[in-house]
Amino acid sequence: MLLEAKNITFSYTKKKTILDNVSLGIEKGERVALVGPSGCGKSTLSQILAGYMKPDKGEVYFDGKLLPEKGYCPVQLIYQHPEKAINPRWKLGRTLTEAWEPDQELLDDMGIEKEWLTRYPIELSGGEMQRFCIARAMGPDTKFVIADEMTTMLDVITQAQIWELLLHIVDKRNLGMLVVTHNPLLAERICTRVIEFDKM
Amino acid sequence: MEQKKNILSVKNLSVSFKMYDKGLEQKDLKVISNLNISVQEGEILAIAGSSGSGKSLLASAILGILPNNASVDGIMTYCGMELTEELQKKLRGKEIALVPQSVAYLDPLMHVGSQVVGVRGTLEKMRTAFKRYELSKEVETMYPFQLSGGMARRILLSTAVIGDARLIVADEPTPGLSKEMAKDAMGHLRTLADEGRGIILITHDIDLAFEYADRVAVFYAGTTVETAPVEDFRNGPESLRHPYSKALWEALPQNGFKPIPGTQPYAGSLPEGCLFWPRCPVRTEACMKGEIPSRSLRGGEVCCIHAT
Amino acid sequence: MKKMNRRTKTVMLVIIIAGILLIISAAGLLMNPALYEPNYAAKKLPPCAAHWFGTDYLGRDMFCRTIKGLSNSIMLGTMAAVFSAFMALFLGIVSASVGGRADKIISYFVDLVMGVPHMVLLMLISFSLGKGLKGVVIGVALTHWPNLTRVIRGEVLQVKNMQYVKASKKFGKSNFQIACHHIIPHVMPQFLVGLLLLFPHAILHEAGVTFLGFGLSVDTPAIGIILSESLKHISTGMWWLVFFPGIMLVAVVMLFDKLGDNVKLLIDPSSAQE
Repeated sequence: MLLEAKNITFSYTKKKTILDNVSLGIEKGERVALVGPSGCGKSTLSQILAGYMKPDKGEVYFDGKLLPEKGYCPVQLIYQHPEKAINPRWKLGRTLTEAWEPDQELLDDMGIEKEWLTRYPIELSGGEMQRFCIARAMGPDTKFVIADEMTTMLDVITQAQIWELLLHIVDKRNLGMLVVTHNPLLAERICTRVIEFDKM
Repeated sequence: MEQKKNILSVKNLSVSFKMYDKGLEQKDLKVISNLNISVQEGEILAIAGSSGSGKSLLASAILGILPNNASVDGIMTYCGMELTEELQKKLRGKEIALVPQSVAYLDPLMHVGSQVVGVRGTLEKMRTAFKRYELSKEVETMYPFQLSGGMARRILLSTAVIGDARLIVADEPTPGLSKEMAKDAMGHLRTLADEGRGIILITHDIDLAFEYADRVAVFYAGTTVETAPVEDFRNGPESLRHPYSKALWEALPQNGFKPIPGTQPYAGSLPEGCLFWPRCPVRTEACMKGEIPSRSLRGGEVCCIHAT
Repeated sequence: MKKMNRRTKTVMLVIIIAGILLIISAAGLLMNPALYEPNYAAKKLPPCAAHWFGTDYLGRDMFCRTIKGLSNSIMLGTMAAVFSAFMALFLGIVSASVGGRADKIISYFVDLVMGVPHMVLLMLISFSLGKGLKGVVIGVALTHWPNLTRVIRGEVLQVKNMQYVKASKKFGKSNFQIACHHIIPHVMPQFLVGLLLLFPHAILHEAGVTFLGFGLSVDTPAIGIILSESLKHISTGMWWLVFFPGIMLVAVVMLFDKLGDNVKLLIDPSSAQE
């Protein structure tokens, strides 16, 4: 089992439990989609799987070990709103190299143009920013990618572009992948296994 | 088909913003240019396009709520009258209504009932609207945060129906809703249209537009590239006119998931001629210069010299 | 000529105001002390061409004394405001990013200091430190940090939960790196505006505490001293001793306030495009 969540329980307030004893396992070589309407807890689960939040109960294992709390996380999350995942005060070149130094090959793979590096996020479109978020998260220690509604805010052409690029890299580097989406058609298109959230 | 009355028509609309360039220089930034749409009685016109294509700005322009540093050019007519600033002020919230995206547009400290009554409605009208959307009496005295998602949708709709609106602008009404709720919300809009209102549905969810609209206007870089009956979009690229619409269709996950290269150009660095030519698979020399006029073709409108 | 747009006007205004304030402080600093020494030949003169603001009962030129006093106040205000602002920056960041007990303790002190009237606390601190320059500067500095601390704490709490900061953590960045690269640059604009807006407070409180006799010593030409001395003579009809220094103090304070507001207009994104 590459990434495994065991008996995750989580609630924001005492009244309502968002995740109640949820378990999920993803094998090596699988590309899994998690489908469900918004507000059902998909995003919360992906934040927990990527180590952004700690569950009230339960554990997340990566490659048989507990997900590390400090240091570079092998599970990286690509977020729904790229503009929120990028420091608006930084030029994009700085954002890109925050985690590691991507080589030219990766920039070409991601379709990132040289002149974008000297711009501020506000001068780029969502699709262009999302490319930076992906490239930034593709460091050599990244073994698993969670895409949380990664292209929901983008138009369909950009969506298809971004997925084409990301899937190319994921295949090349043999990374594990979890796709969180509300769009079942998209899930079917890109994943080997589809899990419906309410049936978990 | 009998000729239906036009509720709103927008001709050659352009919107520009005064922005600061480097340091202290100001420049005009044209974000909408040469935009044409029309809405008839009883129809839902979907406006589809990516973010930055000018969809939401069009809504603001129709309602007359653009920020102060914007200037508008072009002709908007509402039921045959020119839609001037004063007329917008008079009709806004009454005959022209906005259905906002979410309850975040409501005052969080006010009972929803009195918000729906607003300044122009009456208690009776509000009650009728609530009854229509099966909202019980207790809802009147609830605060926005107490509403469930579905209730919130119906509240927002009732703000629009209370003033006998003839034109409803619905800005991204479905993101965040489950499939059933989205269907429900669209069903409500459909009923409102069937009663003779004109509805502009702004969305970036193309599937939704294809499913519920009567006609679809495709926006690209601040202009309309194609307006066509929705059947054409259901049929696929052969029925479509503009290469961008075809590319949109082909990029959908269910139809090939094939992207065309490139990105939508920014306002301020738009190409000469047709705005789509740098990405267009069928471009010729002629596309790269001059203005491309909108023309009628097979029951739709298109801005492309090669469309057949 | 093209009509000036708002940003140009604001920048001009900021430059002019900063210029005036700089000239006053430089003039006071470089002024020959002979200019405001007693001159018994010219006692109690009302304002005239030679002595714009008149002279006092020792024949000291009030214009020069006022400028010198204002200059002293600005210097003092600068020291106190800068000290206070940095204290606020440090405490605000610690409070928000360490959280837990540190946050509780700092918030408690914020409430404590805010709960006591400024002037009373200022007098106490200044008096217990033996008055004088040291007492005033430390007193003003120690009473003015809570407001800005609160603002900065709020800002940090907000940015700390931004997706890009959380992502940074998952790239293996330490808390210190995150504070330096993400958090401090984010609060900088708030900090600068807060610093500028502390000036008028600091200056007024310095003048106030000195006026009440808990501040600078009687022989320093400070606005507070001038005003308290002059009050004794107002009944003898020497109105100019109070009037001009008072007006100048108000003017300087208002200039600082305007400076802060205008800088805020330039930095704040919600008004930046106007």
